[in-house]
Amino acid sequence: MKLFLSLLFRNRLAGFGAVVLGIVVLAVLATPFLPLPDPNATDTAQKFLRPGTAGHLLGTDHLGRDLLSRLLWGTRLSLAVGVAAAVMAALGGSAVGLIAGYVGGRTDNIIMRGVDMLMAFPYILLALAIVAALGPGLLNALIAVAVVNIPFFARNIRGIVVGLAHREFVEAARLSGMSHIRIMLSEILPNVVPVIVIAMSTTVGWMILETAGLSFLGLGSQPPTADLGSMLGEARAALITAPHTALVPGAMIFLIVMSINLLGDGVRDALDPRLRSGALSRPMAAALVRRNGPVPEASDDLLALQDLHTEFHAGKRVLRAVSGVSLAVKPGECLGVIGESGSGKSVTALSVMGLVASPPGVITGGAARFKGQDMIGADFETLRRLRGDRIAYIFQDPLATLHPLYKVGRQMAEAIQVHHQIGNAEARARALDLFRQVRIPNPESRLDSYPHELSGGMRQRVGIAMALANDPDVIIADEPTTALDVTVQAQILSLLDDLRRERGLAIVFITHDFGVVAQLCDRVAVMYAGRIVEEGPTMAVLEAPAHPYTRRLIACVPELGGGRRELAAIPGLPPAVDALPPGCAFAPRCDKAQEACRAGDIALEGASPRRVRCIFPEEAIA
Amino acid sequence: MSDPALQVEDLSKTFDVGKTLLGGARGHVRAVRPMSFTVERGETMGIVGESGCGKSTLARMLVGLAPPSTGRIEIAGRAQDRADPAAFGRLIQYVFQDPLSSLNPRKTIRQIMEAPLRLLHGMNRAACDARIAEIFDAVNLRPEFLSRYPHEFSGGQAQRIGIARALAASPEIIVLDEPVSALDVSVQAQVLNLLAQLKDEFGLTYLFISHDLAVVEAVSTRIMVLYFGAVVEIGPADQVFARPRHPYTRLLAESAPVVGRPLSAPEQKGTELPDPLNPPPGCAFAARCPRASETCRKLDPPLSDMGHGQYAACHHPL
Repeated sequence: MKLFLSLLFRNRLAGFGAVVLGIVVLAVLATPFLPLPDPNATDTAQKFLRPGTAGHLLGTDHLGRDLLSRLLWGTRLSLAVGVAAAVMAALGGSAVGLIAGYVGGRTDNIIMRGVDMLMAFPYILLALAIVAALGPGLLNALIAVAVVNIPFFARNIRGIVVGLAHREFVEAARLSGMSHIRIMLSEILPNVVPVIVIAMSTTVGWMILETAGLSFLGLGSQPPTADLGSMLGEARAALITAPHTALVPGAMIFLIVMSINLLGDGVRDALDPRLRSGALSRPMAAALVRRNGPVPEASDDLLALQDLHTEFHAGKRVLRAVSGVSLAVKPGECLGVIGESGSGKSVTALSVMGLVASPPGVITGGAARFKGQDMIGADFETLRRLRGDRIAYIFQDPLATLHPLYKVGRQMAEAIQVHHQIGNAEARARALDLFRQVRIPNPESRLDSYPHELSGGMRQRVGIAMALANDPDVIIADEPTTALDVTVQAQILSLLDDLRRERGLAIVFITHDFGVVAQLCDRVAVMYAGRIVEEGPTMAVLEAPAHPYTRRLIACVPELGGGRRELAAIPGLPPAVDALPPGCAFAPRCDKAQEACRAGDIALEGASPRRVRCIFPEEAIA
Repeated sequence: MSDPALQVEDLSKTFDVGKTLLGGARGHVRAVRPMSFTVERGETMGIVGESGCGKSTLARMLVGLAPPSTGRIEIAGRAQDRADPAAFGRLIQYVFQDPLSSLNPRKTIRQIMEAPLRLLHGMNRAACDARIAEIFDAVNLRPEFLSRYPHEFSGGQAQRIGIARALAASPEIIVLDEPVSALDVSVQAQVLNLLAQLKDEFGLTYLFISHDLAVVEAVSTRIMVLYFGAVVEIGPADQVFARPRHPYTRLLAESAPVVGRPLSAPEQKGTELPDPLNPPPGCAFAARCPRASETCRKLDPPLSDMGHGQYAACHHPL
């Protein structure tokens, strides 16, 4: 709640709206207690008095009634009717939307077509028809306005409910023995309440306006009762001679509707989780770089990460996702980076080409050198030239990285044409050739497929083909086979292995699977809490792990052919990277930890390529 | 105790696709082809298969979330003739793959835990509290978690809550649908060991669905291999992958990445599944099978006894 208010008032206009509306609401609430003349007492001798007359602060109307009194009583009525109409429309519309969305199928179809029909009428015509059928009167105007607004709520809520009705927690509720009605009320409704509130806050103003419109036409409140619309209607005849009688209620309508709309927008922005997390703010084209220390010297590797630090700044929290990672690959070499979620392996990969989303990501130190050229802090044009050309990425989910509305052949051609000025026909021929290389069956027809028409394995082949499009020197593959079935995974892995042997590609392969690392990678680096804890030739690390974390992580993974057994588990959880313990990050979970482990920084020691970050390693390393 | 925990006969599920204007279906997809199997009390039946093999549809039918098209389900000797999760709930429960999305984000853990106790067993407040304390103790969760909301938990903790909710219904059988595939390996082992311990403690029967062969082998007594909606092989866990009789089972076993085995693509033919709208006659695996003969392309092989409790649906078993 506190967070909500602070977010709301961060938006100046919404704060202004809240203040104006607050004053109006306070005034109308206090009206019965204020020393005001009777709003309906006529005194034709005193008609059309100008504002500021003694005893009539805002003057009088054509029957000599006190305008201030009528204004406050009228506003009271208009606000009450508008809010009541909004509540009725919200209740009715949400009930309709909830039922249609939850039940689905034919019921949904019939209800929503009915709602569509309601929407097809111009609203004022429909409201007039309802009032004509029910007879004029404020209550009937209220019903008309509520009915006219039901479709808006019904459609909004149904859209949300359809998404929720098949979520797993709803199925879990059914398994807990809940009836359908109970599920709708206690499982789904709490999840749509924010949407209902947002929709209400943005429509209340509109409904006040509609009620005023009906009253203006004489269909709402009946004389002598004042509401804002009927005051305007009565003042119409004297618009030229006594403009203040129309201006007073007009200004009030303007103030109310404007302040409610400003406040409503503020409420929507403050409640919308996407707006709150800042996810809608566009990340920069390249990650923000703010290096504190000196930049390390160049090395002669193809790709070298040197003492890389990447942090995420979220409010006051600083998440040290990567703290001091150094890696290098040579042509034709495959380096595996292994770690659990949150170990910083993906952020390391993204930092190389400045792809970490900024804000909140900041690269705070180190270098990423391609053939000696530092890419961290390089200008955007340099990065853009290298991205996808010399260094290419393969991501975990090709469905998320391919554009759903373009044919895959078109996307392949685009990837090539960004870096090479060639014609469309030539680009297409190139794409076809690449599809053949990654062994996509029927490549000609596949070029004209949309991503959703391909299976997961085929999509990942397209992803690999796209990475190969410009004959890169390095491929960074971030869990490329995690989403795939084992038989498909085996094929993708052997494809990558062939490619690096044939083309001398260097591959940085990020994974959590030791089996995959063992089959594909020459060397492996194990990451924990943003640091490399052990690295070395794959077989050396897997057969004789030196870091306790590596040893125990390997023991956790069951291997096929081992039979039924108790598995070794590591107690506890990986540490949060904004509250890392001093010393070894694994110490709290390690059964060999001693005082020295918790004291201070522990260096990655040993002779390259075999190194370990542990004072009491499992194995002495050469 | 003579009744098996679960007996399934001719169970199948067909989905209609492409509805016409009047509600008639343009085509049918057989997600699960008629299958029969039995799970004994105290057993862990592992179910493996690749995406699209029908394992999730099978699980949803077993817990009553989806009505079967044909066949019958008998749990602990009682036939379940209506797909009603509430009726199934006291006998069979379900643990979801994604622990966080199976918990309502706007309810406290206590509210989530109380629902099955109150609705399935009609417990009052005091009885609920006592039972929840007992279950939380069994799954190693601290009682102060009860007043928190789901988003405050890590994946491993949320999955323990999911397991605790399933246990709260005091079922005979728990269907575990990929219970550890969303978890990190170090946490995965914790949850698997907890499941094994709970099974002994509460005398449960598990159906363990996973795509990870090594995990299934490590926890199961028997394993069932599904392909294209049908059982292709079923047998004791220590034999199915060690001595597969069906070529598909062997392909699966050889595809799993294992430390120390060189990389080999065991199959270079198309890996596409057959078109579910237009299934081929005969064995669904024939197009990918190195041993396929004319018979395979015409005749669907029945599940037949291969000895040692192993059954395979193959005309030319290995």
